[in-house]
Amino acid sequence: MSFIKELTKGIIKENPIFVIVLGMCPTLATSTSVENALGMGMAATFVLVCSNIFISLIKNITPDKIRIPVYVVVIASFVTIVDLSMAAFIPDLHKSLGLFIPLIVVNCIILGRAEAFANKNNVLNSIADGIGMGLGFTLALSVVATIREILGNGTWLNIKVLPETYDPMLITLLAPGAFITLGFLMALMNMLKEKK
Amino acid sequence: MKDKYIVSSAPHLHDKTTTKNVMWNVVIALSPALVFAVYYWGFRALLLTLLGAVSAVVTEALIQKLRRVPVTVSDGSAFLTGMLLSYNINAGAPWWMPIMGSVFAIAVGKQVFGGLGNNPVNPALLGRAFLLASWPSLMTSGWLKPKSGALSGIADPDAIAMNLKALSPKAFDLVTGATPLKVVQTLRDSSFVASINADAGEGIDLANRIFTNITEMDALKNLFWGNIGGCIGEVSAFALLLGAAYLLYKNIIEWRIPLFYIGTVFVLSFIFGPIKGAGFSPMLPFFHIFAGGLMLGAFFMATDYTTSPLTKNGRIIFAIGCGLLTVVIRFVGGYPEGVSYSILFMNVMTPLIDKLTMPKAFGRVKK
Repeated sequence: MSFIKELTKGIIKENPIFVIVLGMCPTLATSTSVENALGMGMAATFVLVCSNIFISLIKNITPDKIRIPVYVVVIASFVTIVDLSMAAFIPDLHKSLGLFIPLIVVNCIILGRAEAFANKNNVLNSIADGIGMGLGFTLALSVVATIREILGNGTWLNIKVLPETYDPMLITLLAPGAFITLGFLMALMNMLKEKK
Repeated sequence: MKDKYIVSSAPHLHDKTTTKNVMWNVVIALSPALVFAVYYWGFRALLLTLLGAVSAVVTEALIQKLRRVPVTVSDGSAFLTGMLLSYNINAGAPWWMPIMGSVFAIAVGKQVFGGLGNNPVNPALLGRAFLLASWPSLMTSGWLKPKSGALSGIADPDAIAMNLKALSPKAFDLVTGATPLKVVQTLRDSSFVASINADAGEGIDLANRIFTNITEMDALKNLFWGNIGGCIGEVSAFALLLGAAYLLYKNIIEWRIPLFYIGTVFVLSFIFGPIKGAGFSPMLPFFHIFAGGLMLGAFFMATDYTTSPLTKNGRIIFAIGCGLLTVVIRFVGGYPEGVSYSILFMNVMTPLIDKLTMPKAFGRVKK
């Protein structure tokens, strides 16, 4: 029962981006195209699930005073796996995400879940939390990226969706466009929540 | 009975000034510029302005309906925002440009923050910044030539242009295809100057000749009347000054911001304006205050009640800041014109300026 609850809470109710407002930096930087957003979301989800499992397993032997460095070491190991695998199998995506893959090490969502959840819960629930939060992150990133890619480039997942005559609104691909899109989506989420 | 006894806090002074009154008076003050725009570019200028103003009003009404607050579009503030935004657009721009700008200006620049009086920056300028970031090429090229004039405002363009065409095609393109401020900005680029001077052969300093031509008396006359390329509402300094005089007479705007803003630009361009190697020109400061959007910005945008400081000293600081930033952007920045960004920047500074210049309350001892 609680497994299902932990799994679904990250998607809407405690969405890491729209509700908890964590991980803003990768959100703003990698949501310029849906492809980037999915790649980033998947990479972060993998690291999140693995680090949640590992940190939950070692929570009883981790000295409290040095728990943050321990998390960072654990997370960094999985990020290295993701980084090198992506460079080997999907070099194009790896190149376009660039620095943001190594930066997953200090991603607030992953560190936050380690501190707030995996450190206090059993392995099964930590897996559910990791998957849920990861999916929530991927979903939010993809929604932001969908709006930005369609308006700023006229494409969705590199498929042309707007007619040739459309003059791309370049601001959506710049930082201000990311902030404005995110702001409107958060307002929408809040409006829907208040209606309930 | 309830409506007859209004309980309110002091001051209890009354006068007939209302938001509605102020906004429509500003619209009246802006109309001479529109008359000049229609004269130079035809009814397209009027059409674009109306599109911008009407879509601003419609956006405001729709959002106020959505927010379930009273619809206050008759106060004219949305109409004025749309009109000012359209004044910042090239008359040759596509028809959807003022609409996009107005929708953004009202929705993101004003209603998101809670409507009239709550916007941190001037909505019309935010709309312009949005358009400039979104469609940079459409906003900075394709200027329409004014009737019987040249884009750069250079006097007797035909004779000078023919002369230049033989000497240097690049210089010819510059003088016939760019607005006055763009020409002056390009002449500050030393590699460009070197290349056109090389075209013309040793001995003739072409850049200086163009610079002199563009800042001489006849070219200044074109600038003053608006016989140049530029945005719909900014070209005619004369029309804008006419409107500004009306607003000053009606006590709607105060003299401090425009005077110190224009004064700062005047003084700084007197000192830093001349390009390398060009002689000292007494006309240059006049060129810099009449060119671009300074008149429109200083009288109609920097004086916006909501986004400029309340205190008198604060207004002076605000205006000098605007002038300084305008000159910095024009002389060393990447854009030929800096009025809109400088006002936006100082708008953001306004709460800080207000806090610093708030006068001491009577009887209070300084801490």
